[in-house]
Amino acid sequence: MAQGELTASAYIKHHLQNLTFGQHPDGTWGIAHGAEQAKEMGFWAFHIDTLGFSFVLGALFLFIFAKAAKRATVDAPSGFQNFVESVIDFIDENVRGSFKGKNPMVAPLALTTFIWIILMNTMDLVPVDWLPYAAQLMGVEYLKVVPTTDPNATFGMALGIFLLILFFSIKEKGLGGFVGELTLHPFGKWMLPFNLFLEGVNLLAKPVSLALRLFGNMYAGEMIFILIALLPWYAQWALSLPWAIFHILIVLLQAFIFMTLVIVYMDMAHQKEH
Amino acid sequence: MNINATLFGQLIMFGLFVWFCMKFIWPPLVEAMAARKKSIEEGLLAAEQGREEHAQAQQKAQELIASTKNQAKEIIDNADKQANVMIDNAKGVAVDEADKIKAHAKAELDQEVVRARNELKDQVSTLVMQGVNSVLKKEVDAKAHKDMLSKLSQSL
Repeated sequence: MAQGELTASAYIKHHLQNLTFGQHPDGTWGIAHGAEQAKEMGFWAFHIDTLGFSFVLGALFLFIFAKAAKRATVDAPSGFQNFVESVIDFIDENVRGSFKGKNPMVAPLALTTFIWIILMNTMDLVPVDWLPYAAQLMGVEYLKVVPTTDPNATFGMALGIFLLILFFSIKEKGLGGFVGELTLHPFGKWMLPFNLFLEGVNLLAKPVSLALRLFGNMYAGEMIFILIALLPWYAQWALSLPWAIFHILIVLLQAFIFMTLVIVYMDMAHQKEH
Repeated sequence: MNINATLFGQLIMFGLFVWFCMKFIWPPLVEAMAARKKSIEEGLLAAEQGREEHAQAQQKAQELIASTKNQAKEIIDNADKQANVMIDNAKGVAVDEADKIKAHAKAELDQEVVRARNELKDQVSTLVMQGVNSVLKKEVDAKAHKDMLSKLSQSL
């Protein structure tokens, strides 16, 4: 808490506020002090914590895997190498199972989404007060450590997936084929507006559901951790420990669902027959 | 929970990460794994082949040993036979030789016996003559009784 007394709602609000950088109404650029200021900054503002944590985690993933990739040889792999390769194998199996087309991008895409989301979700298992409190000691007012509890992060990824769906749909089926798919199904050309509406909703639902599912799950989980943190300190472990253990499952499951759906959407984008 | 430009930042970051992964991580790892898989398969195949070759070699060796054994046996048998023949021959020769030697010795012996007998006869007749001489002194005419004596000594 930057100032004021320690009320439950202030505590929760503080925990749910991103560290926002943007233009103040008076024209200067800077960090928002409080939710109102952040709101006033409008669209062209950045959540520094979300971007920072997701960048660090993504870079960590790339660093670890690039190290393994550099060391990859035909010889017997070491333990670390084995771990990385088993992940690769797992992703490869999933992609082979769901994706029937030919595209060298899909497997790396699935790997990146899977590991990156796992890492971002895992930030949820860090006790909710540690990093924000440490940041406060260093003079940073707000810090939200779990990027996937920020809808910007999940919608950013989902938007990327959406663009890829559009790109590969047009690339594989041609613009006409793609438009035809959107307008001529499921009821033939006499029901064209209706078809367009149905298929449009169908198309838009993909990224929206991807983003909201991940965001909703992680946000709810984070919320429960915050609520548990409101309990007296000696009682917290009784709830936070079981919830954390359960949350490990959600962390992995949400990452897996996101990845699987990405693969499936990519497959649909590549399928010529509807 | 404002939607703002963080969205684009995240989008760009996502794109860069995927690009990096696609360029520098996925291909070398997958290639290395495929290469390892291939080398393991080849190794297993080579091991299988080696095992087969080993079995074949063993069989060959056994056959060779068996045939060699047969050959050796034949050679030994032949040698045995030859040796037997040689021994038989040698035996025959030896027997002949022995017979010869025996016959020779017998002849010599016979001669010796005859000679000794003759000598003995002479000596006996001389001895008899001396005895008779000493007993009869004059009554014996050596000349007159010589024939008789020699007859006597002959009949000894």
